[in-house]
Amino acid sequence: MGRRRSLADLSYSLVIGTLAALALLIIVAPVVIVLTTSFTEGRSLKFPPTGFSLQWYEALFDASKSRQIHRAVYNSLEVAAWSTGFGILFGSMASLGLARNRHRLARVADGLFMSPLVLPGLTFGLAALMYFTLIGLRPSLNLIIAGHMIVTVPFIIRTTSASISQLDPALNDSSQSLGASWFYTMRRVTLPLIAPGIFAGAFLAFMASIDNVPVSLFLSTARTDMLPIRMWGMMESTLDPRIAAVSGVLITVAFLLMLIMEWTVGLTGRMRE
Amino acid sequence: MLVGVSFFNDDKITQPGFGQWAKFLGDPFSYKVIVDTMMLGVKTVCATVLIGYPLALVYLDASPRLQKVLIFIIVMPLLLSVVVRTFAWIVVLGREGVVNTLLMQLGIISEPLRLLQTELGLVISLTQIEMPLLLLPLISVMSRLDGNLRDASAALGASRWRTLFKVTVPLSMPGLVAGCLLVFASSTTAFISQTVIGGVRLIYLPLLIWQQSLVVFNWPFAAVVSLTLLVSVLTVVSALSYLGRRSGGYVHG
Repeated sequence: MGRRRSLADLSYSLVIGTLAALALLIIVAPVVIVLTTSFTEGRSLKFPPTGFSLQWYEALFDASKSRQIHRAVYNSLEVAAWSTGFGILFGSMASLGLARNRHRLARVADGLFMSPLVLPGLTFGLAALMYFTLIGLRPSLNLIIAGHMIVTVPFIIRTTSASISQLDPALNDSSQSLGASWFYTMRRVTLPLIAPGIFAGAFLAFMASIDNVPVSLFLSTARTDMLPIRMWGMMESTLDPRIAAVSGVLITVAFLLMLIMEWTVGLTGRMRE
Repeated sequence: MLVGVSFFNDDKITQPGFGQWAKFLGDPFSYKVIVDTMMLGVKTVCATVLIGYPLALVYLDASPRLQKVLIFIIVMPLLLSVVVRTFAWIVVLGREGVVNTLLMQLGIISEPLRLLQTELGLVISLTQIEMPLLLLPLISVMSRLDGNLRDASAALGASRWRTLFKVTVPLSMPGLVAGCLLVFASSTTAFISQTVIGGVRLIYLPLLIWQQSLVVFNWPFAAVVSLTLLVSVLTVVSALSYLGRRSGGYVHG
């Protein structure tokens, strides 16, 4: 236990600690700064903000001033709700079908379902646009829903499959040996046990749909404007401080949702698996 | 589908041919854009690992209570829209942003620095935006490591640095590689962040795809660029995961 040893350990704590603190700062600071800036009194996005006012929130919630934003929000919510709804149906069926299936075709299907997570979303968005146009469909909200479902369903499949793999097969066997039908077993044993997994996945899919840019970018039109695309437009043209207000609302909603999910299904624990 | 469309000469998709491929591959500008896009991914991965890995180490040593808080902070940005996170960085890096105000008040600089529309600003922003993608797989692998191995290393007289590089890093390699893959794939295709923070002066493949398909309406060319992006990302990703598997074998063998 010489002096060099403790010096080396000290430098370790110092370097690792500093870098980790920097990482935390980089993660948290921008969010805090946007929240504070959204309450600015001025017309520009300066930091520190000058004065305190709710004017940008008022402008945001004013139906006549921010009609475009409101419509984009409704479109986004509608698309997210439908694509998540269908996603739950297809996603949980796919995971139940693929679970414990060691067939080669099942492995291929598994990879296929997961591919939207790795492949560049833009490539998929462009391909979807070309495909829909060439078979003669006009861009509409339904097409966006279909497109979103394809890119968000992997989240549901992943968390549901994780739940299924933790399921004790003996439970199903005992249910069946006690005379329950396949359907009854599914309804009373399997589904209740994997429900938290499906729920967590649905939550992630919903958020991913709200946040989706690549697919919406190619499939949305002026009539079917989506929130992220709308916000992107607002950022590209002028730096409208209403974006800060929108961000403030989204940050608050995300924070609340996260607390709720943490309490109900233990979301973070699931994501670490 | 994309492959099919890419083999048409004109933007009305009537004449089949290799014209668009020749146009793209014959232009030195295309190579610059490809290299720039890949380098952006590499730089973001490096920056993310440099500060993300230490954070994972701190997480590993933290008490269960602190771990809960940390994981909450790490996951939180993931649920926040990419657009919001990008916007946050505009506020931070802008001419009247936090960084410039702070540096000017401290008297370090007299003129505001140009941080937006530079690659540096873009890499900093992407580091935050993609950080959860690195940390989640990394932490999941790290928390499954046998803590006794690190204790044993310390008990045998290794310094903490030596333990880190000889024990912890090699054992957490699968998580690290998985995280790097996600960060790379995501940062090279982060269209919103690239256009808003990078501006029109920094051109990457996603911007080119968007311009060609939705501004110029040259779909075949957009298809060519899009396939290029797909192939380049997949090449790097499979190369990395091959290296990851090899290093995994080295640890266990």
